[in-house]
Amino acid sequence: MIPAAFDYVAPTTLDEALASLSAHRDDVKILAGGQSLLPVLRMRLNEPGLLIDLGRIESLRGIRDDGDALVIGAMTTHHDVSASALVQEHALLISEAMTHLADPQVRHRGTFGGALSHADPAGDLCAPALALGATFVIASAGGSRTVDAGSFFTGLFETAIGEDEILAEVRIPKHTDWGARYEKFVQIAYQWSIVGVAATVQVEGGLFAAARVGLTNMGIVPLRAEATESSLVGQPATAETIAAAAALAADGTNPPSDLNGDADYRRHLARVLTGRALRAASGVA
Amino acid sequence: MTSIRLIVDGRQVADEVEPRTLLVQYLREQLGKTGTVIGCDTSNCGACTVHLNGRSVKSCNVLAVQADGGEVTTIQGLAPAGELHPVQEAFREWHGLQCGYCTPGMIMQAVDLLNENPSPSEEAVRAGLEGNLCRCTGYHNIVAAVRHASELMANRQPVGSGADA
Repeated sequence: MIPAAFDYVAPTTLDEALASLSAHRDDVKILAGGQSLLPVLRMRLNEPGLLIDLGRIESLRGIRDDGDALVIGAMTTHHDVSASALVQEHALLISEAMTHLADPQVRHRGTFGGALSHADPAGDLCAPALALGATFVIASAGGSRTVDAGSFFTGLFETAIGEDEILAEVRIPKHTDWGARYEKFVQIAYQWSIVGVAATVQVEGGLFAAARVGLTNMGIVPLRAEATESSLVGQPATAETIAAAAALAADGTNPPSDLNGDADYRRHLARVLTGRALRAASGVA
Repeated sequence: MTSIRLIVDGRQVADEVEPRTLLVQYLREQLGKTGTVIGCDTSNCGACTVHLNGRSVKSCNVLAVQADGGEVTTIQGLAPAGELHPVQEAFREWHGLQCGYCTPGMIMQAVDLLNENPSPSEEAVRAGLEGNLCRCTGYHNIVAAVRHASELMANRQPVGSGADA
């Protein structure tokens, strides 16, 4: 399968990329790592006139410590994020999710910002980014603006990124010393999540001081299991507390029904996986 | 058409390609590197795995223009002519193939895995080959071959070198 013909530019600065984008905004696709976009083009689900490749823009790569947050450049590969000691220390939930994301070859090419911009409801990074309260730095020719994770994912494969904008970096508030686990349910190797649960918790003196739980593929956008989160806080970190909280994990969700399972099955999975993820994240047997 | 220059299996090449040309197409159709095969054509199976700038990639899911300025190693460039890379040798010795179609990709991914982790457990081998499918389901001997290759490479290289043989 070969994509339809397109023109191609590979600018070396973000400003050049933004200038190309505003000149061709109606008929352009941004190429990050290409691990989702190229299959789409090859199946001819999309036939852009111009591809703007961000792969030569060095300033969009890398991970830096910025006080109370980590800043991950949009073009940083999944492999580099998963190998990062900074991410391991301050955003363990991201490292956890990375071990479940696609396969090694795809992680070498695919990018952190690309996967989040693609906003696949079954993608494994959106729920962790939401759970950690990430903020998205979105650039345009006029400057840049930041969008909270809660407002970033707007629909099925849709985000708050405008037609003349490019995601430049993602800020992840540090969650140092928080336990974390990503539980992904699939039936075969190399499959999109049927359901995924991203849990990160802070346990102090045997009590849950804070808890964040994100859900993958339980709606058209990633969701927080807010009832679960609030039922944990202030309670003892025990199997009983977790079981009661996990029972609430599917509240307020609207999961799809498809060949992998109907909505009720997904709600069941969300509750079971939330229990497993919280027990692992908090070290409760 | 777009001009590209890259190093493929140690040789400098320069060509004009359409931007939509996939790296695997360029390797096979313009350079004759038919050792790299197309399996599923949907970026699932990993049969087309090559190394781009030292890391494994699925060459059906990379544009040739994205590889401009880079260095590509295919199964044909893994060892000098007439010799076998230890991973190739181990696949032969342990019968790590049945029909052989997935083998070029399996070997290229196994080399990448061993570069990163020179003595992987069975579980680590299986996780490292997650993106490579064997349509004969011959995984048992493939995993055994990769673990054998790790021993071969450890015996031939100073401990801790871990680099490309």
